[in-house]
Amino acid sequence: MSGGAEIRRPLLTVEHLTMRFDGLLAVDDLSFAAYSREITAIIGPNGAGKTTVFNCLTGFYKPSTGRLAMHVDGKTLLLERIDGFKIARQAGVVRTFQNIRLFAGMTALENLIVAQHNLLMSASLFSIAGFLGLPRYRSAEKAAVERARYWLDKVGLTQRADWAAGTLPYGAQRRLEIARALCTEPALLCLDEPAAGLNPSESAELNQLLLAVRAEQAIAILLIEHDMSVVMGTSDHVIVLDYGRKIADGTPAEIRADPNVVRAYLGEDEHEVLPTATTARPGIGRA
Amino acid sequence: MTAASGLAAENPARASADWVAELKDAGLAALAATLLALPLMGFQTYDVGGGALGVRTRFDWVAVAAAAVFAGRLMLRICHRLTPRRESRSDGILASLAASTSRLAMQATLAGLVFAVALPFLPFSSRYLTDLGTTVLIYVMLGWGLNVVVGLAGLLDLGYVAFYAVGAYTFALLARDLGLTFWEALPFSGLIAAGFGVVLGFPVLRLRGDYLAIVTLGFGEIIRIVLLNWSPVTGGPNGISDIPRPSFFGLPFARSAPEGCTTFHQFFGIEFAPDQRVVFLYFVILALALVTNLFTLRLRKLPIGRAWEALREDEVACRALGINPTNVKLSAFGIGAMLGGFAGCLFATRQGFISPESFTFTESATILAIVVLGGAGSQIGVVLAAILLVSLPELGRTFAEFRMLLFGAAMVAIMAWRPRGLLAHRDPSLRLAAHSKQGLSP
Repeated sequence: MSGGAEIRRPLLTVEHLTMRFDGLLAVDDLSFAAYSREITAIIGPNGAGKTTVFNCLTGFYKPSTGRLAMHVDGKTLLLERIDGFKIARQAGVVRTFQNIRLFAGMTALENLIVAQHNLLMSASLFSIAGFLGLPRYRSAEKAAVERARYWLDKVGLTQRADWAAGTLPYGAQRRLEIARALCTEPALLCLDEPAAGLNPSESAELNQLLLAVRAEQAIAILLIEHDMSVVMGTSDHVIVLDYGRKIADGTPAEIRADPNVVRAYLGEDEHEVLPTATTARPGIGRA
Repeated sequence: MTAASGLAAENPARASADWVAELKDAGLAALAATLLALPLMGFQTYDVGGGALGVRTRFDWVAVAAAAVFAGRLMLRICHRLTPRRESRSDGILASLAASTSRLAMQATLAGLVFAVALPFLPFSSRYLTDLGTTVLIYVMLGWGLNVVVGLAGLLDLGYVAFYAVGAYTFALLARDLGLTFWEALPFSGLIAAGFGVVLGFPVLRLRGDYLAIVTLGFGEIIRIVLLNWSPVTGGPNGISDIPRPSFFGLPFARSAPEGCTTFHQFFGIEFAPDQRVVFLYFVILALALVTNLFTLRLRKLPIGRAWEALREDEVACRALGINPTNVKLSAFGIGAMLGGFAGCLFATRQGFISPESFTFTESATILAIVVLGGAGSQIGVVLAAILLVSLPELGRTFAEFRMLLFGAAMVAIMAWRPRGLLAHRDPSLRLAAHSKQGLSP
């Protein structure tokens, strides 16, 4: 806002995040930052702990140790101290799911309206004003429908707004879930494998959507993805996890050239038993 | 080529093998029927005189039953064979009846409403019919109340009768101990039942599906057993009698007025008839049922109603979107219980006497059956199912001992015919087309 010369303040800082499930160390001392108007991708082999990071950020897990700080409106909110369901409202962190979780029996439009539940609930004075049909609620509902229409337009689902979400094609369901998250007007949007199961043309459309969101909305996007065309085509910043540790952190070009990343993905011929983590310390991947 | 001709040669053989299979299947069904009918129908006890019992055999009945099952099963399989695919068969009338926005549904609703209003005055109507109508309406109210919990919020509640009991006992106790009239006690019945709903809601917040069903079932039993054993307050198994009847804006329905009071028939200068009270009660219940319906329909279109449905669809997604699942569940339990409490209050005033006998698990099961049979979430479906489930056993009275058999058979038939309930259909709570100026059509 106030000139590019100033030092950029991150929107999200994750410091020393560790998540332990009994003996299993799912995330090990992970630190990174995410910035507004940027797409930060988290990649890594299966089981590297990517979704666990999301679950910690969105309150589904309480991290074993570490600090997850959101810097919104000059305030710092510690996500690990907020009740799971309040994170979306207070800190503006919302997510999508690897296996799509839409309200399948409800229409696409209703899915987007439910996303604005808290706003509408307070506009309806806990249903009383809504029940009486007061103008205060009716205008709030109209605004909610307009916002839903905006996002339906963005994801190309206006024509199917009144279809049950579960009857939409797979790619459309993915887009609808993203639209639903955006309807909450988040500060940080966490997308868990949004391109999973999409065909090449659909994932190209997804790229366009993500780039448009980054250009038009003042939000940060965290992206877990295996589809490298999406990761390399959209992200400003890539973090690579392997066995719960960060093995690389940099721009897409840097990541592509990083030997540790190549090793993590393709494996080392001679020591397949040894985890790559022993050779790779966090931060090594930095240029 | 060879494969094709081989297939053609095989076909007649396959068809005859299929027929053998059908006969075998029907035979098996007949065998099962025989085994069941043998002890149930085959033997009959009778009084030989002097207090002793004799046993008579009725094997001819068993043979008839087995033959009927054999023929019925065979017919059913043949029908299956002749209709190519069950799903593709369109049941147009019910489908468009289910869509409450369709013209047919509007007309049917209106016709039903007119019929309900006219029922006590129709040429064939009687006190018995009005009474039956009252019972149906109480079950309709209960069905609509449970529909909020089961149909909208998706929380399987097997102890709904508890709230019905709480409502009824609240009114009975308030009337007995504080002398409150029906109209004064009605809001309390609803409020206290809602309170119990929220109290039940807390321990079951984390439960879903089967586990929730078991806990709610237990809750229903707890309430009944407390009512049964807390004799000083509830009168135990003797129940509470002399519950006041509703009055017409302060005018009681009585042959002779109590001290300083005008009765309904005196005030309007008409002949006293005992039916007046029954008809009045019928209209009170009809009005409250309609209010219940409008109330729930309105709630469904509000954020709270959509949150209930969202919770039914996916609780995790609700949480991720910042919806507090605790509030959503408790509000569903509370409002569902409140409607049950109102129905209980009506039941108490209509019967004039209540005891724990009226609030057994069978009641819960009947109400749940009404909701499921009607098509969870559908308001008109609940009405149809309530009419069916309440009046079927009544009609069956002519068949005395086969009444429950008929009832069970009807339920099985409905579930086989429409597995998702009579009117399984969901209307969106709002449409984009309705909100758009250009009138986008889906």
